[in-house]
Amino acid sequence: MKPGPFAYHSPTSVEQTVATLGELGHDGKVLAGGQSLIPILSMRLAKPAHLVDINRVVGLDQIEVTEQHIRVGATVRHSALERDGAAYAAIPLLRQALECVAHPAIRNRGTTVGSIAHADAAGEMPAVAALTEAVMEVVGPRGRREVAAGDFFEGALETVLDAEELLEAVRFGRFPEGTRTAFIESARRQGDYALAGVAVALTVIDGVLDRVRASYVSVTDVPGVLELTEALRGQEPAGADWSAVDDLVQAHIAPEADIHATADYRRMLAGELTRRALTEAAR
Amino acid sequence: MTALPGTEQLHDVTLTVNGVQRQITVPARRLLSDALRHDLQLTGTHVGCEHGVCGSCTVLVDGQPMRSCLMFAVSAQGHAITTVEGCGDSPERMGPVQRAFIECHGLQCGFCTPGFITTITAYLAENPAPTEEQAREAISGNLCRCTGYQNIVKAVMRAAELAAEAPTAASEVSA
Amino acid sequence: MSTRQFGAPVQRREDPRLVTGGGRYLDDLGHTAYEVAFVRSPHAHARIIDIDLSDAWEVEGVQAIYLHEDLPDRVGESLPLLIPHPALIAPRVGYALAKDEVNHVGEAIAMVVATNRYLAEDAAARITVTFSSLPSVVGLENSRAATHLVHEEAAGNISAHLLQEVGNVTAAMAKAPNRLTLDLTIERSACMPMEGKGVYAVWDSDDERLRIYSSTQTSTGVRAAVAAKLGLPLAKVECIAPDVGGGFGVKIMHPWPEEVLIPWAARTLGHPVKWTEDRREHFISSSHERGQLQEVEVGFDDDGRVLALDVRFWHDNGAYTPYGIIVPIITATQLLGPYKPGAYRVEFWSLYTNTVLVTPYRGAGRPQGCYAMERTMDAIAAHLGLDRAEVRSRNFILPEEMPYDHGLMFQDGRPLKYDSGDFPASLAKLKALVGWDDFAAYKEQATREGRRVGLGIGCYVEGTGVGPYEGGHIQVETSGRVNVATGLTTQGQGHQTILAQIVADELGVPIDSVHVTTGDTRRMAYAVGTFASRGAVMSGNAVALAARVVRAKALRIAAEALEVSAEDLEIEDGIIRVKGAPDTALALATVAVLSNPLRYAFDESARAATQFAGTFDPDKPPIADDEEPGLEGQDFYSPTQATFANGMHAAIVETDPVTAEIRILRYCVIHDCGIMVNPMIVEGQVHGGVAQGVGGALYERMAYDESGQLMNASFMDFLMPYASEVPHIETDHLETPSPLNPLGIKGAGEAGTIPVTAVIASAIEDAEGFPIRSMPISPTQLWELRQQHAREDAR
Repeated sequence: MKPGPFAYHSPTSVEQTVATLGELGHDGKVLAGGQSLIPILSMRLAKPAHLVDINRVVGLDQIEVTEQHIRVGATVRHSALERDGAAYAAIPLLRQALECVAHPAIRNRGTTVGSIAHADAAGEMPAVAALTEAVMEVVGPRGRREVAAGDFFEGALETVLDAEELLEAVRFGRFPEGTRTAFIESARRQGDYALAGVAVALTVIDGVLDRVRASYVSVTDVPGVLELTEALRGQEPAGADWSAVDDLVQAHIAPEADIHATADYRRMLAGELTRRALTEAAR
Repeated sequence: MTALPGTEQLHDVTLTVNGVQRQITVPARRLLSDALRHDLQLTGTHVGCEHGVCGSCTVLVDGQPMRSCLMFAVSAQGHAITTVEGCGDSPERMGPVQRAFIECHGLQCGFCTPGFITTITAYLAENPAPTEEQAREAISGNLCRCTGYQNIVKAVMRAAELAAEAPTAASEVSA
Repeated sequence: MSTRQFGAPVQRREDPRLVTGGGRYLDDLGHTAYEVAFVRSPHAHARIIDIDLSDAWEVEGVQAIYLHEDLPDRVGESLPLLIPHPALIAPRVGYALAKDEVNHVGEAIAMVVATNRYLAEDAAARITVTFSSLPSVVGLENSRAATHLVHEEAAGNISAHLLQEVGNVTAAMAKAPNRLTLDLTIERSACMPMEGKGVYAVWDSDDERLRIYSSTQTSTGVRAAVAAKLGLPLAKVECIAPDVGGGFGVKIMHPWPEEVLIPWAARTLGHPVKWTEDRREHFISSSHERGQLQEVEVGFDDDGRVLALDVRFWHDNGAYTPYGIIVPIITATQLLGPYKPGAYRVEFWSLYTNTVLVTPYRGAGRPQGCYAMERTMDAIAAHLGLDRAEVRSRNFILPEEMPYDHGLMFQDGRPLKYDSGDFPASLAKLKALVGWDDFAAYKEQATREGRRVGLGIGCYVEGTGVGPYEGGHIQVETSGRVNVATGLTTQGQGHQTILAQIVADELGVPIDSVHVTTGDTRRMAYAVGTFASRGAVMSGNAVALAARVVRAKALRIAAEALEVSAEDLEIEDGIIRVKGAPDTALALATVAVLSNPLRYAFDESARAATQFAGTFDPDKPPIADDEEPGLEGQDFYSPTQATFANGMHAAIVETDPVTAEIRILRYCVIHDCGIMVNPMIVEGQVHGGVAQGVGGALYERMAYDESGQLMNASFMDFLMPYASEVPHIETDHLETPSPLNPLGIKGAGEAGTIPVTAVIASAIEDAEGFPIRSMPISPTQLWELRQQHAREDAR
């Protein structure tokens, strides 16, 4: 189980990176943390002719917290974001979700932005990007562009990123004041890809629910946001009746069966985890 | 086997391993695990799955545990690597985690053990007094097929005690 | 007085090396060897039409590419049928490289030798094989239906059919006041040691000698197999098991194709060659176990006593049967556990499927047998409304009935005769440990809180320490160092420690002076291997007997030197003394000097043994007629039958009322393996066994699709438990000595694994209130079962 040969590029600036990616086109592949990519290479399920290692690109390892968002650079490790106190204070959901990403040794190398670019529906961070209405900062040979999370994911492992483009950073949007969040997932073993997972954000204004939304792991093709506001607005969080939510959840998700769980089981699980996450966030 | 025949481009990589600067010349695809084991002949780092799940190949990169099978050696350029040999490289100079594994019968075949030792060494550096539950959590990213983990949990607790008794021994690990 | 080592929790002597990176596992050797990659079949059943190598040769660094047609003489002939049996009516074995046909995904077709593994894989990826696919047979139901055949000459896909009966089951069943039938399923799992297989071979052309290193459980077996295949004199082949990263059964199978091919290639190429199995290869080209379908009919009286037990089962043996029918034979015989049914009939069919072959995995057929028996015990209790422990105890063989002969033939071809055990005492200890009698109140309380909890139990008996024999060789050097060698191999069981403990006591030397070597044919050429929980029993007794030989010799020499009678001497801490006169003493090291009369002095101690030193009797030869030079000796232990260990486990589980997630709250073990040489090591074996059992009960299965592709051939999807999935294990021990061997010990290696599937099924059944008949069980499966029972209840 050894990777096939490839040519290695190690640019030190975003400009160099983009130039290299532009030259290589579909022959090139970005290497960030590599925690998803390298197993695929070692199993020879992918054989890119060139790898562009962005780990030496100056400036991509920054976390910036502003009033509106948290900007996470392309080489920020999951663990760095997980531990960042300011980021936790600004968007607790990040840490809540990051703690569920694989195991610490993987989080020490894997990057949050990379996992979003990888766009695995079983990944936690694409769901978080969706729920925080994150903005993707994309840079390519034709310059920079910004893509909303809602427009970024196209399908399983597919995004609007072109082969020549780099996802330079992701800006996770901060929730309005009074928002509480929870992230719950269920995996066969701790640290495995979830059978189902859910992130919820509920905003309480004047003691009642004003806005409630959820996004899902492993039970939708593309990470998206489920609006639950209509069903719950005006209820007090502590005594809220979450049962109205289940039909909406079931209509939103489209789980598939695999060797670990049936689609029906995942449907049940998504419903139950949603209730639990809402209950937890409402506490 | 420092150089591979063929047409592949070779890269000179300088890295610090267990406090010693080393230079190797490898193709870009050479996994860090293979570079440590075969180019530097530090065979204490073991390879159990080569897809990042088992944790046997865990080494510390700048003090943080990472899977050496999920890193290319070229990516380690300029970084400091600590392997199990760097946690105490001989029976006469063992670190607290190594001593605790022996005391607690925390290993049987010993194949997964180096990955546990590096992981636990880094964990205790940040969490010097874990509860038993936290100790179990701390080792939950490494697979062992022999011990059932119970004595490894015990070893984490014991290592914390040993490190507290002799703090210098714990800090000997090169970051 | 030196401390007795036997029975003490002595720290392991192998550990300082292993925790500091000093272990030498297979892939740690031979950094300059050529490395090998294989082209393996992507099809479960196909004929090979054509193989195109032209692209592969273009890869630089390729040294050789071999196909079946390249293999000469016996190398190209089929691999051996290791354990023939009269009931094995249609045995089939494969070839080192596939010849014309492949019978499972993963079967080796082409072998590439290159300067390193990366390049070997590059070349292997460029080999094009054209197949003509054949219908594949996957799963026991399909195999039994026999719409398609795996091997044309194995009618009905049946490799073996065996029936054993004690008493008249038909008559006893007819008379029984109560009868139940159970249909049971148990799925495949695998040993999955952290280190896969591996072989490294060096051919010394000057000496015409072959040295093989293999990550094996039997170095003598590999040596003999390779010598035969390569047509080499046995004396020119040596095999060494270096540090081995776990075995659990898969490495007792031999020779694996690679164990023949790598040495052959090393000799052919005149260059060291190495193959290190990667994880995917281990999933698809080593072996699995456990898959069985079972039908049980039981007749019992109103007290729950079993009057008749009629078991039929179908065993999945995979594509080939090199290891014979050892696994189903063990299921058939060890199913009985601690019980004595009035009459017993067991009939099995071993069936071919187009999947990875099946050879023993820790427990080796016992977990399946225990599962059948214990599910039956629970069913009887449920039927009669009796306490499950009480039903078991009413069927126990009692201590006063030992030795107890079941009237069946065991896996070693010898009678299934239990030597000792106290089952009522074990059960009493288990009930106390888990709080059996208090559980009803706990469950009631939990139910009130909306929780679902259940208590499960499982009992087993394990035949351990089967023959034919093992040997021990002990040599005392003139420095006082004691070298001990035994031929069986070690994969983490701590043999270097426990054998040193035994020798230190028997010989009267400090344990630090004892150095044990295992699995090296250069040191001990006669051995069988490590399997069937036999290491401590077989080699433990062998080295004890060898130590007694050496001790007697030491005392004879010392008696002569000290001019006393040997009976008046004792050895302690390496010093031979006259009892009651401790000043008259001689170091064992000195006796070693005296034991070897020398002409040449090469150090201070040797000087004392040279011909002009000291005094001697000129009428006697330097070595007496019935003696040999050197303070060394060897002996072999060969028992008449296996010794039977036993144990009982109980677990409390909680199942989530909504999500059906299953959590083990408590896991309790009572274990009786006779006298324990090292209780710390025994505990470790139990822990590890239970953890593997938990994997087999709740997480691990081999997910084959209909075409024979293994869908979960990675650690990502084959769910070996992490620490987060394994419960804390509470243990207590009973030590019922075996009357069969000098040390009174029984095997401990496999025990922990055996009853876990049965125990977890029992506990989930108790929590859920409906029968559990198929294991392993996942949350999704339990949830589906709930839906099914809810629908049935609604009808």
